[in-house]
Amino acid sequence: MELNKLDLFSIRLIAPEIILISIALILILLDLVIKRKETIAFVGVLGTLTAAYVNYKLCAMGWTGSTLLGMFAFDGYANFFKLIFYINIILTIFISLRYMVLEEASFGEYYSLILFATSGMMFMASAVDLIVLYVGLELMALSTYILVGITRRQVRSNEAALKYFFLGAFSSAFLLYGISLTYGLTGTTNLKEIASALQNLNLLENPILFLGMILVIAAFGFKIALVPFHMWAPDAYEGAPTSITSFMSIGPKAAAFAALGRVLFDAFGPMHVQWSSILIPLSVITMAAGNIIAIAQTNIKRMLAYSSIAHAGYALLGIIAGTHGGLSSMMNYMAIYAFMNIGAFAVVIMLRSKGFRGEELTDYEGLAKSHPAASALMLIFMFSLTGIPPTAGFIAKFYIFMEAINAGYTPLVIIAVIFSAISAFFYLRVVMYMYMKEPKAHVTLSTSPAIFLTIAVTAAVTLILGLFPSLLVELAKMSIAGF
Amino acid sequence: MPGTYIPLNYLPVLIILIVATLVGLLPLLLGIILRPKRYYPLKLTPYESGNPPVGEPQSKFSVRFYIIAMLFVVFDVEAVFLYPWAVAYDRIGLYGFIEMIIFIFILLIGYIYVWEKKALEWE
Repeated sequence: MELNKLDLFSIRLIAPEIILISIALILILLDLVIKRKETIAFVGVLGTLTAAYVNYKLCAMGWTGSTLLGMFAFDGYANFFKLIFYINIILTIFISLRYMVLEEASFGEYYSLILFATSGMMFMASAVDLIVLYVGLELMALSTYILVGITRRQVRSNEAALKYFFLGAFSSAFLLYGISLTYGLTGTTNLKEIASALQNLNLLENPILFLGMILVIAAFGFKIALVPFHMWAPDAYEGAPTSITSFMSIGPKAAAFAALGRVLFDAFGPMHVQWSSILIPLSVITMAAGNIIAIAQTNIKRMLAYSSIAHAGYALLGIIAGTHGGLSSMMNYMAIYAFMNIGAFAVVIMLRSKGFRGEELTDYEGLAKSHPAASALMLIFMFSLTGIPPTAGFIAKFYIFMEAINAGYTPLVIIAVIFSAISAFFYLRVVMYMYMKEPKAHVTLSTSPAIFLTIAVTAAVTLILGLFPSLLVELAKMSIAGF
Repeated sequence: MPGTYIPLNYLPVLIILIVATLVGLLPLLLGIILRPKRYYPLKLTPYESGNPPVGEPQSKFSVRFYIIAMLFVVFDVEAVFLYPWAVAYDRIGLYGFIEMIIFIFILLIGYIYVWEKKALEWE
């Protein structure tokens, strides 16, 4: 081992992660002395902003490369996803403040766990070694299990956490089995070295390696919630506190997409034919099941869970394309999805008030009469999730379909467009309920400045990116340049 | 190519697995074959160090034990990590030392947390 060759100077590349983890540890200690949870949340946001600033500075100085003996890459690809993660933390904290008090689960650990989960995601996005990838995934997953069950007096939250935990543990086993098979055949866990071992040891047609790759894809399939690995998602999404539903429909999904993209492109790049032949049917049944089952839902959180499954199916097209353009369109998709989904969940959270859950679709009946502004914003998010111009959701779908067509997957894109049209039914049903029905009960919104800011920002970004897509598209292209 | 790679270095492990299984199973098998089969109630009662058995084994435990068990796992894992670190210490040097300090420091924060949350107090 050449441990001492580790260049201490290159440790600077994991400075954002170090800051985030330190802040999370400080939050644990602060929680013991400070009773006001807003202060803890504020320190958490401040710490995230510091990490984001340091990350930006490192980017601005043009430093790229790897550290920790080449197991951790600091490149544009990882940094793009880290940007999504920072936004995800801050907006999640904003929508949690009032809501967690309403749920009577205002714990300081909550904020610390969000930071821990996110640092795990950041390690996943940067991992160029399967072991680092696995450790990052576990850090993310274990923190998320606790967050799902944090409203511990509610039975459905406990149930959700338990289901998520068991299936998550299952998927970790898949991942480890896949990693060990790959390691056994190639003799390395480094992604680039796996790729060269595939060529040098003539392993491209090896059935055992193929099995290992399938297991790795299945493990990420669990995290992304691809059908048939989606069973946990609706229950976990419904049972978790809504702020965490929003957090985990974006963070872990984007992290797993980042890791999947890197593993498939870097390590299994020469086997594109094989892995795309697995991903294509997965993507089709994911879009089909997600969109069709969503129609039958009456609970908006469950509906958004199936919608999140369906969106994973669309985003997968970017990876299936197997080109850099496809990968960058997947990154776009994740970023845009983050904004529109947090926005939609923020509106769902506003409906929750003391003694009123506000999670049923019927609760939205006639909302436009009593709360026109909130309804108009929900309308934007629903249009965006459907993919109607001029919202960002259209841009996300447009680029991903275009890249898939360029790569020659036209039939797949036709299927995706058909399911996208079906999805309009359940997204626009929410809009129909809000605008074309008479209000049944009086709904009071629980607003707060933080939640107001979140919705304003997400709605603005959804519209701005819909009108000026090049802002994000160019950033994604630039990020992937050195990949 | 599949099938051409035979991990010879692991052959002793395989042998010891087989031998260990045999050492465990053979006496039991021999016992079943050789011993006389005469059962009576006293013989069938579980052996509790010579005392007459009291009650069922499925009695209730205090829920507090689970916190102790969880804390035990955490600090047990710390000890597990300390052993290989100590063995490889002369090769990993100062870098390894700093890493371990960070690791123990993080656990220390967990310890303070547990202490302050009064998880270590029985009543």
